[in-house]
Amino acid sequence: MKKVTRRSFVTTVGAASLVSTAALLDSAEAAEAVEPSSIEAPGIATPDVSVADRPTYLFFNSAEVLFVEAACERLIPADENGAGALGAGVPNYLDKQLGGAWGAGERLYRSGPWALGTATQGYQLPFTPAELFHSCLRAIDQQLAEKGTRFHEMNDDAQDAYLKSLESDGHNLDGVPSGIFFDILLKMSVEGFFADPAYGGNKDMVAWRMIGFPGAYADYYEAIDKHGVKFEREPMSLAEDARGHVHMSPDIPAHL
Amino acid sequence: MTQRLKEVDVVIIGVGLVGTMVAKELAAAGYKVVGLERGQTRATVPEFQSPGIHDELRFDVRKALMQDNTREPVTFRNQGSQVALPVRRWESFLPGTGLGGSMVHWNGQTYRFQANDFQLATRTRERYGKKFLDADLTIQDWGVTYDELEPHYDRFEYLLGTSGKAGNIKGQIQPGGDPHESPRSRDYPTPPQKEHYQGALFRKGATSLGYHPLPQPSSNLSQPYTNPEGLKLNTCVFCGFCERYACEHYAKSVPQTVLLPVLLANPNFELRTGCQVQRINLDSTKKHATGVTYIDAVGREFEQPASLVITSTFAINNIRMLLLSSIGKPYDPATGQGVVGRNYAYQTMSTVASFFDEDVIINPFMASGASGTLINDFAGDNFDHSGLGFVGGAFIGAVNTNGRPIQYHPTPPGTPNWGKAWKQAVLKHYNHTVMLSLHGSSMAARQNYADLDPTYRDAWGQPLLRITFDFPQNDLKMAAYVTAKGVEIGKAMGAKQVAGSPRKGPYTVTQYQTTHNTGGTVMGDNPKTSVVNRYLQAWDVPNVFVIGASNYPQQASWNPTGTLGALTYWAIDALKNKYLKNPGRLVSA
Repeated sequence: MKKVTRRSFVTTVGAASLVSTAALLDSAEAAEAVEPSSIEAPGIATPDVSVADRPTYLFFNSAEVLFVEAACERLIPADENGAGALGAGVPNYLDKQLGGAWGAGERLYRSGPWALGTATQGYQLPFTPAELFHSCLRAIDQQLAEKGTRFHEMNDDAQDAYLKSLESDGHNLDGVPSGIFFDILLKMSVEGFFADPAYGGNKDMVAWRMIGFPGAYADYYEAIDKHGVKFEREPMSLAEDARGHVHMSPDIPAHL
Repeated sequence: MTQRLKEVDVVIIGVGLVGTMVAKELAAAGYKVVGLERGQTRATVPEFQSPGIHDELRFDVRKALMQDNTREPVTFRNQGSQVALPVRRWESFLPGTGLGGSMVHWNGQTYRFQANDFQLATRTRERYGKKFLDADLTIQDWGVTYDELEPHYDRFEYLLGTSGKAGNIKGQIQPGGDPHESPRSRDYPTPPQKEHYQGALFRKGATSLGYHPLPQPSSNLSQPYTNPEGLKLNTCVFCGFCERYACEHYAKSVPQTVLLPVLLANPNFELRTGCQVQRINLDSTKKHATGVTYIDAVGREFEQPASLVITSTFAINNIRMLLLSSIGKPYDPATGQGVVGRNYAYQTMSTVASFFDEDVIINPFMASGASGTLINDFAGDNFDHSGLGFVGGAFIGAVNTNGRPIQYHPTPPGTPNWGKAWKQAVLKHYNHTVMLSLHGSSMAARQNYADLDPTYRDAWGQPLLRITFDFPQNDLKMAAYVTAKGVEIGKAMGAKQVAGSPRKGPYTVTQYQTTHNTGGTVMGDNPKTSVVNRYLQAWDVPNVFVIGASNYPQQASWNPTGTLGALTYWAIDALKNKYLKNPGRLVSA
């Protein structure tokens, strides 16, 4: 079949309305889930959507993406051991989390009155994560623009120095101490790096492969007392385990 | 408009471990029992099945099984002079919700406390003198002894099928078990789980120093088991997803696997889920409960009259239920008067990270929630405290339960929090580190307590519980002492680098420590210093029983669930054989 780039694919589709809208989803997972033969229409080349060069950002705007992609890659950089945040899809994870329930304040008690409190009392801002990111990213961009160099334009060392200044509360981001924003950015980046690929980061389980975590694989009964022996097995994602396997025992009542 | 329902014999608030046990026994004895559970029904199938259940982000990080803190959080401050603020996200401790309660997401660590723990105040003064304790400590005896609880510990362990090795059967020390344990009437129902490499390394190091390693008593079972209720459990496969998760394999002892099927089959019992109890109702004398008022899942308000009310919610919620119901005098730290909310305690957790060479393959992800190896040589009063300046201790063990990488990626001290050096350290140490836990006691202190918050409210308009807590100096001294012992063990294990992290103040709600909140409705012999008597009956309202780790006058060196199960059977025995035959005060005040 003829290979097309994503850009040319979209152009082609634009001229032909017969193609399933599912094929327009360009996340890697959705693309792989589409069986090419099922969307083939007469006279239209089946696009190769296996190469998704960039995520579709639904939450971050174009200015925010420039910061987030650059910052995440400094927090977890690619090195000789393998991919960093960008290669693992961490910004995509952040985008999907912040655009969804978590960003909207899932599991966050949101009644006032509001006070910053002590460090031991934890997060006390009225912002949802989504609001916090938009607000802080806007403040960062404005502050850096006034100084003449935006974050993504800095070299690695300057980016690291700026991130350290965020971490140590060196900036007031429209009222938010920058350390609060930095902590959430770092925490979510680590989540995206190590969470199941179903959430849009840890692409191809790349972070699990680097450390040797087998993922959702769940039976070590025979291996556990073979002490000191490396567990050699391809990691397993939640998606791979979705085979309808339910643990039933003939003599144990399953449902209550 | 409140709808008044038909009176029943017993209403139970919270259908977790305790509620299930009490309901099962009283329904079997012929009483009409209603169980009110605020969460939803859930079972091993379909709710606990893979692939969904092995999702670290959803269950570990986002706390999917926990009490809905958007509707019902707590407020917290370190000291009474500060303004308490809501715990807007759970981190430090994780109360569960839903059928089966917090036990659904437990690790299965099933300890007994020691005889000394139940008479801590008396025995500490006897052994170390009256001036030994710091002035702020308010520790006291339980009003029940180990010997009285032993048959109930035994029954509870056989209900769960706990896998372990006895160290002391009727006074005879047993090789391979805990020589410090108080005498038990027989061995555990099933043998210990397989020992993982972390445990084996710890065993070697601890033995070389003359200590006494033992397998962690585990209610993730080592072999198939049929409990006395006729329910069957499977062998645990060490998947590494216990704490904060439910078990898909029928291998973890939780209400769903050990008791609920029997309870739910009894027509004397009615389960109502989605029911948020607002208060226990009292009559005009304030000495007698008439039932409870609750709001159901679609917002309708009901009054459920009952002859007997059992509150069996998670520890901190038991405190709040009494405060919202005006049962018992609230504690005032300024005067030391009052009892409800008094002696709130916790657990003093420290860690020792032992970093090995890269040829030592640990495989941290192969574990159950209780498949570790530990020593009790520095727990409780198993060592001489003379001159140490503190009471209490900690078990020390290689009891790490998992290698789930969002939360578990140990790095040596001095490693940056991010960047290339962080990433390289994570990759280097993930599979070559043994984390030791030092699970320390928590002594009750005058300044630590719980009451109702004056400002913040839950989704039903009721005041939140306010927790005022910081680690007493006694416990920080204990943590420093036992952590130094843990570091010695780490070195004896052959680690290349050993980093001890003794617990330090101030207490923070931003970091997970344990979900072992205790105290606040403590038991005892004196109504001036306890909320319930030795049978867990409220002193002030004899037809209310309060059962939970909230009964503990202070928290011992071990996980609380084994003792809670024993106390529950102890209370059930008193209910069936004493109270229900002749309702009234079981102990005169």
